[in-house]
Formats: sequence, structure tokens, C-alpha cells
Amino acid sequence: MPATAPMMSVEELAARIPDGAHLALSKDDSGTAIALIHAMIRGGVKNLHVVYVPVGGLMADLLIGAGCIATIECSGVSFGELGLAPRFRDAVQSGAIRIKDATCPAIYAAVQAGERGIPFTPIRGILGSDVLSYRDDWKVVDNPFAAGGGDPIVLVPAINPDITFFHARWGDRYGNVWVGKRRELATLAHAARETLVTVEDLYDGNLMTDETLVAGTISSLYISGVAHVPHGAKPLNLDGCYDIDRKHIRDYIREAQTVEGFAAYLDRTVFGNKVAA
Amino acid sequence: MAFSREEQLICVIARMLEGQRNISVGTNSPIPAAAALLMERLTDGWARPLLLGSSRHYPANDGGVEFHDRAAQGRVDVFFLGGGQIDGEGNINLVGIGAYPKMKVRLPGSFGSAFLYLTVPRVILFREEHSARVLVPKVDFISAAGWSPPGVFRRGGPYALITSMAVFFYDKDRHRFRLDYVHAGNSVDDVRANTGFDFDLASPVRETPPPEPDRLALIRGEIAAELAHLYPKFAAEKLGYTAAAANV
Repeated sequence: MPATAPMMSVEELAARIPDGAHLALSKDDSGTAIALIHAMIRGGVKNLHVVYVPVGGLMADLLIGAGCIATIECSGVSFGELGLAPRFRDAVQSGAIRIKDATCPAIYAAVQAGERGIPFTPIRGILGSDVLSYRDDWKVVDNPFAAGGGDPIVLVPAINPDITFFHARWGDRYGNVWVGKRRELATLAHAARETLVTVEDLYDGNLMTDETLVAGTISSLYISGVAHVPHGAKPLNLDGCYDIDRKHIRDYIREAQTVEGFAAYLDRTVFGNKVAA
Repeated sequence: MAFSREEQLICVIARMLEGQRNISVGTNSPIPAAAALLMERLTDGWARPLLLGSSRHYPANDGGVEFHDRAAQGRVDVFFLGGGQIDGEGNINLVGIGAYPKMKVRLPGSFGSAFLYLTVPRVILFREEHSARVLVPKVDFISAAGWSPPGVFRRGGPYALITSMAVFFYDKDRHRFRLDYVHAGNSVDDVRANTGFDFDLASPVRETPPPEPDRLALIRGEIAAELAHLYPKFAAEKLGYTAAAANV
């Protein structure tokens, strides 16, 4: 019988993320740890280097607006059809944060290389893009296996972040967490040195020995802290539990157009201060 | 039968999807998504749409990387790209306007374009705004290149460019667009006046055919209902789909 893993609070998870940490975080989709983002902002973490795997949305805009991020690496930050990300836009236009532009599959491939313990990985496409011209950490070599030489191909360095975190549907008392089809969360956990997880529900049993759930489970071997946080992804979605609150996001985008509006949003939503009407 | 601009564009795109099977659509693309769902319906499920951002229309379960790995293998037949700027050689810019990195106008970013433009055989460029601001002589930042020199692995690239005014096809050998259709109410001169790059003319340039009535009926019915799962606001406002409009 494996040892049971103690639950932490979301504030304890946030406290494990030091200033200057190198994070890699999944895109805003089912399983975004918004409650943990709020706790990080309350804790005042600074100078983070964040790789969004492969794109950012609300959690990127919140951390940027709150001044937590020094460098962002991503293939895009937006709210899709709901609108553009105002704090991201302003921070890049003013130079307040450093940006390393990428393209989605290059980030996935780099995290997969991290998972495999190899220093880099080749990837097709990208040649001719200015994304490549501005990335002095990406290289182009000729395919060593090409008959007759030639066949240039891009190499990207592996990504092994200090920490990744996300919100999962279930966690069990042994520290295993179930992410289902969100397999990139498992890839991230395998590549990261530490993985922190907030979970929607507690699972009464061992996820690693349940034949129907084990393929969607991440072993506690990779996980250094779990907090039970119902509704931990809201106002974003958690598939099977709740949908994205589109009105909340539209209102956020409108309010966060200005620094003052963003501060008022944080005050109300993150710091929980009552605001006079 | 009267039709809207959006309905017209859905039908224009659908005609370019005939015979295409694995039709993938990026985020924030309700019109291409509607065209893909229409083709699935018209082919009784032979055509397989994959809508990024959807859990309902996403036939993949091995993480975000699976879609890109499929494209790398040549298993994605069609994809759609747009651009804050698109130039006459088919280069697209999704990063911003001005000098990189502190740009005058920062856009979201390149997403998968730098990779998908080279690995997907048929990429349809779709941008509703037809103006000299968008269709420029040369993009400020190449998110993805319209063509590649000999010796570079490239499975595909730009196939056509569809806007609210016109349809251009791309000549892969000459790296240039050719104007083939103008939508009703626009002339070749209108297109020229609103296009910042030089382009060729088909002979003749035709008027875009109106939506097929049977397809229009499907779009307003079944397709709108299906699309509303991912794009409730678009389905409600542009296709008149009013059920389940609570969370738009």
C-alpha cells in the first residue's frame, strides 16, 4: 500500500513557487488552476519566467497585469472569439515584459524532449518564419539522414521547467491525480521538476489501480503538492463539471483595458475586498 | 433567397472543401468551422472536422500535441489561417504592426501557423476585413512564410484567400494571388482600391455564386445548432440560432 500524501492549502501551493521560478503552464482549457493563480497574486510572486504550452489566456493576462511575470514564452495570448488580452497587449507594447515568440508545435516538442531527457528535438516547418529569426536559442541543421544532403530542419532546446501546475478533476489520498484526455498535462508533469495540482473532487480509491481511470492518471511520483479546491478553474471551464463563464471573461476584457480597471478587478476578485457600489 | 455575408462566406469555403477529408479549424474561426460542419453533414460523416477549442468536435484524445503530430505526418488535409496582415506573396503576420518586439500594435501571436503553413497541403486564408491595412505589400513580421526556396520540406501552403469582398487563388509557382471571384455588389476596381498588394486577374473574373438554397437551409438549422456549442454568440447573432443562448 503506497503512503498517503498530505493535502495542502492553495496558499501553501503558491508559497512553493519562488520569485524568478521557471514555469511551464498548459493553455487555458479544461483544467486551469485559476484559484492558485489568485493565491500567487496575493502572495506577490515576482520575476517569473513562464512558458505557455502553447498559448495563454486568462491566467497569462492576470499574472502579467499583476506584475508577476518578467519573461513570457508563448505562441499567442488571447481569449479567442471573446477578445484580445489587454494586459498582455499593453505589457508587450510598452516593453514591460520580455517576450519570446514561438509556435505551438515547437513548444509541445520542446516539452516532449524535456520529458524524454534529451537536450533538443527536431521539428518540421517554421523555416522562413520571423519567429525563427528572432529565436537565437533555436537552430537549423541539415537532416543528417537525408540521402544526398540538404533538407534543413529546425532544432529547439528541451524545456524542463522548475514547476508546472494545473487543476484536475480528481485527486486520491495517495497523491495521484486524474486528468483524462488532457495528456499534455502528463507530458508537462513528466518534464517539470515539480508539479503542483489543485483538484476539483477527492477520489475514494487508488486512481493508479483503477483499470478504467489509470490511463488518464498522473502518478504521485511526479507530484509534490495537491490542494482540494472545488471550482478551482472558475471562471474557466472544467469539462464534465462546468462551462466557461463567457460573461465574466467579456466583462474582464472590458474592465482590464486600463490599469485602474484591472486593479479594481483584482481587488474584487482576487483580494476579495468589498467595493462600495 | 436573401442571405447574409456570413452565410455567403460559409458556402464559398464549403466549395473549397469538396473531396477533403480531415478538415481542421483553429480557434476564433466560426465561419470556417461552420463550413467544416456543413461538409461533414453533406458527406454523411466522411469529412472529419476537427475544431480546436471544442471538446464536442475534436476527434483526438492524446493531448494538444496529437493534432500537430498529425499535421507533421500529413494527416491533416485542410487548415485555415488569417492574419493581421497578409501580403501579396502569401506571407501572414499574426504578431503585430510595427517593429518587433515593442510593436505599435501587438496581436496575440503566431499560434501554429509557422508549422502548419508548411505541413498541411491545403491552407485556406480567411480574413473578413478587406482593406489596404490588412492586405499589404509586405508584412511587418512573417509569422508563416507563403513560399519556401527549393530544398525546404514543404507539403503545402496557401491555396486561396477569401475576404468579405472577393476570392483569390494562389499561384504556387509565381508566389502571387489571382483574383477569381468578387462577391455581388463589389467590382474589380473596388477590390483593387482596397488591396495593398499587386495581384493577377483571372479571365474572366466572375461574380461569386450565391449560396445553394439547400445548404443555406442546413446552415440556418442543424449547422447553427451544432456550431452554437463552440460559438454561441456567432450562432445567435449571425445565424439566428436562439436556443441555448444563455452563456454567450
